[in-house]
Amino acid sequence: MPDLLDKFDYASAELAKLQFLGVNPVGVVMEKILSPTRAIISGKETILLGTYNYMGMTFEPDVIEAGQKALTDFGTGTTGSRTLNGTYVGHKALEAALSDYYDTRHAMVFSTGYQANLGMCATLTGKGDYIIIDADSHASIYDGCAMGNADVVRFRHNDPVDLDKRLKRLPPEAGKLVVLEGVYSMLGDIAPLAELVRVSKANGAMVMVDEAHAMGFFGEHGRGVTEQAGCEAEVDFVVGTFSKSVGTIGGYVVSNHPKFEVLRLMCRPYMFTASLPPSVVATATAAIVKLKSVHAKRNQLWKSVKALHGGLKAAGFNLATKTPESAILAIIMPSQDIMVSLWAAMLEAGVYVNMARPPATPAGMCLIRCSVCAEHTDVQVQKVIAAFEQAGHVSGALGDMAAVA
Amino acid sequence: MQPTSATEILVLELITSFNKKSVPISLSSTFARDLAFDSLTVMDLVAAIEDEYDLILPLNMLPDLETVQQLINAVEALVKAKHHA
Ligand SMILES: Cc1ncc(COP(=O)(O)O)c(C=O)c1O
Repeated sequence: MPDLLDKFDYASAELAKLQFLGVNPVGVVMEKILSPTRAIISGKETILLGTYNYMGMTFEPDVIEAGQKALTDFGTGTTGSRTLNGTYVGHKALEAALSDYYDTRHAMVFSTGYQANLGMCATLTGKGDYIIIDADSHASIYDGCAMGNADVVRFRHNDPVDLDKRLKRLPPEAGKLVVLEGVYSMLGDIAPLAELVRVSKANGAMVMVDEAHAMGFFGEHGRGVTEQAGCEAEVDFVVGTFSKSVGTIGGYVVSNHPKFEVLRLMCRPYMFTASLPPSVVATATAAIVKLKSVHAKRNQLWKSVKALHGGLKAAGFNLATKTPESAILAIIMPSQDIMVSLWAAMLEAGVYVNMARPPATPAGMCLIRCSVCAEHTDVQVQKVIAAFEQAGHVSGALGDMAAVA
Repeated sequence: MQPTSATEILVLELITSFNKKSVPISLSSTFARDLAFDSLTVMDLVAAIEDEYDLILPLNMLPDLETVQQLINAVEALVKAKHHA
């Protein structure tokens, strides 16, 4: 009998090799969480610099209190789909809070952001339609395309000229959806949304933007790169997640489309899964209301982003973006081995960062990625830069070896 | 190998330009196994074909195009469909 798991032997072998070298990138366990920026890992206090907890909303006392109250009043879970018994007053209040935050007529809450993208991509476009995506799109967008029946067209990352060329090759009468992201999470670069949206509209396409890595701290109201680029009126759907700036779990779509509500009856990843538990819904609602007015947090986040980008650049690291474009800073590594050594040396020095490599990364790059949190203090940022300088030399990411590799 | 159509000649030329390891190419060569094209190379090859013929080769078609012959057939069909449109 063939063993269906044999095809993954190559991955097990690769992991075993790393573990032999004393590194287990998927084996990090958070033993205690001390704050949005500090945890105990392997018995040691560690600065968290790779958690997407951009606004540091995970320990706000009033948000926690709202969750505890909902847990007591409504129980541990809904045990049902949104379309059956899984819509509580809390879910309606959360959708109202989202509509208010984005100033849209409609908001629809999914159980994760992954499911929101899966559902929207697979439902909006069908047979005979075209879904046009950026080559660097998140896995949930690619998976949504695979789940649907539309023809999938890919354009060069953040390239309005290439998008225009591809849209012009499609039948004018066919339905088209262009899917974009405000911030691309691998390199932390932002999309030229104004141009991409203009090109999409000029070619008769509807537009959806995923603001997973931008909600809370881009644009005057924190609505994302869409708001910052001034194209909210042209974007048909904005997708987002509660697992980053909102500090809990869940996904959503907001829109002004007059026929939007019918999607609740059509979208399988919305219908065929249980709704979020009342406590999560209550914390998401409280956090979103709070995000409207946390200007000090936004300022601190951008201040830390700039300081870290400047410090890493001065230390000699090769950063993926020339300027700090978002709260993700990616360092391009000369090789996979050096990436692994730097990651391990940083953990040893008490800083948790992320590593990423192909196929998750564009152009075959190996990356060490940092995501900054509004709760990082200036002192923590300086500690992190010092740790990077030292670990950079120990691992060969900085200095002579880096130049040779 | 005797090419039999203009499309075949041109598509083979494009494939050859991405064949960095200079693996011998036949109509039955597979992109993933024989030519060892990674996903980035495949994307560039697809873009080159699309630009050459001014058409779209949808991403969802690619899993069915495992061999050189299958790709040539698909391009021929798309070109034909375009002229009939
Ligand atoms: C761009 C993008 N979209 C969607 C998601 C999915 O979010 P969630 O964690 O809510 O499933 C992520 C997070 O991994 C993401 O990076």
